Amino acid sequence: MSGESSLKHVSTSDELPLVATASQTVGPFFSFGLTTNTALGRMAGPDTPGERIRLVIRVIDGAGTPVPDAMVEMWHAERAGTFLFGRLDTDPAGACAFETVFPGQVTEGAQEAAHINLCIFMRGLLRHLYTRLYFDGDPALETDAILAAVPPDRRGTLLARRDDTAPSAWTFDVHLQGDRETVYFDL
Amino acid sequence: MTRILEGSQPPLIYPPYKSGALRSPTRPLIKLTRVFSDFAAPVYGYHAIGETDADLTRQHAGEPLGERLIVSGRVLDEDGRPVRNTLVELWQANAAGRYAHVVDNHPAPLDPNFTGAGRTITDDEGRYRFLTIKPGAYPWRNHTNAWRPAHIHFSIFGESFLSRLVTQMYFPADPLFPFDPMFQSVRDEAARQRMVSTFDLSLTEPEWALGYRFDIVLRGPNSTPFEERT
Repeated sequence: MSGESSLKHVSTSDELPLVATASQTVGPFFSFGLTTNTALGRMAGPDTPGERIRLVIRVIDGAGTPVPDAMVEMWHAERAGTFLFGRLDTDPAGACAFETVFPGQVTEGAQEAAHINLCIFMRGLLRHLYTRLYFDGDPALETDAILAAVPPDRRGTLLARRDDTAPSAWTFDVHLQGDRETVYFDL
Repeated sequence: MTRILEGSQPPLIYPPYKSGALRSPTRPLIKLTRVFSDFAAPVYGYHAIGETDADLTRQHAGEPLGERLIVSGRVLDEDGRPVRNTLVELWQANAAGRYAHVVDNHPAPLDPNFTGAGRTITDDEGRYRFLTIKPGAYPWRNHTNAWRPAHIHFSIFGESFLSRLVTQMYFPADPLFPFDPMFQSVRDEAARQRMVSTFDLSLTEPEWALGYRFDIVLRGPNSTPFEERT
């Protein structure tokens, strides 16, 4: 069998639209391939304008056990049109810590609350999960269009909370299941 | 008519894959009907590519053991357009089926000349190319006598987080396919087969390495969302 005769090889004669390749789990052994660069936890450089924040993400499974082998990717607007990207794996306590700036507006003058988009990968997830983190106490939460699409009793799962033990520190818990299951989005 | 065909993506919960039991969300995802969000904003990932990053056989003092492979293909969007200048990362087990990862306790030898991680950037035609060795199959504890078919993990960004993809590339006619819940989690036969690379004599280099083609199609910004199904 040669490549030319295979229907699996995407060719110009294939019917459009093409079908997206299936997702598969990241598995337990990704870290030596994907998360060796811990600098990806420091999203804001020395010249990035804005208020520095430290953001700890904790991932917790349906039994309440921290997930020690998840990968968390985040991206957010630094200011309109400029985005910052970060990626880390969780430690044995299910946590990873990003250093960034308080997110700016995605588009000038948009009616939206400050937010950070998250993508969660781990062994056990055949597809990654999309969620979004907001900041507890932000007055703009009331008018945010995406939060408005979330049932009121579940909006709290999308709030990062201030960590009072350190200045400019926030924590966000990603619950995979249970009463506090985080809201995930179907995009 | 949806652009994402029934069964072409795995469900969030697929009971034969045991690791999902406590890790898969049980509540419906919240559907965002308007793409008015920066979920579609450009994301470029991590672009610092080292000289030997796409050649997994040259990352150590000696050559790794195993069948030398060229793995190459194109990254396209659903309209067949090349996805240019996007980060493609891969990681894999060595020829004996062992990962260079502290958690992997499969009693097969590590290869001091093989890490098994690579990265590259697609060219103007959406092409990527890696030189590596064929990974071995390995056991796992999902069920009694469970073995993963030989596979290479791929991670691709595309133009936004909507196109983000982590998948696995398999090898043709692997006898383990019928027994592998990961492969079987994709219920559509044609979609499963698209995760299987194709032996390609035109990619094969004489006296050097076998060529396998693996083309990857990413979701575009206009895709209809996943249809939830069981």
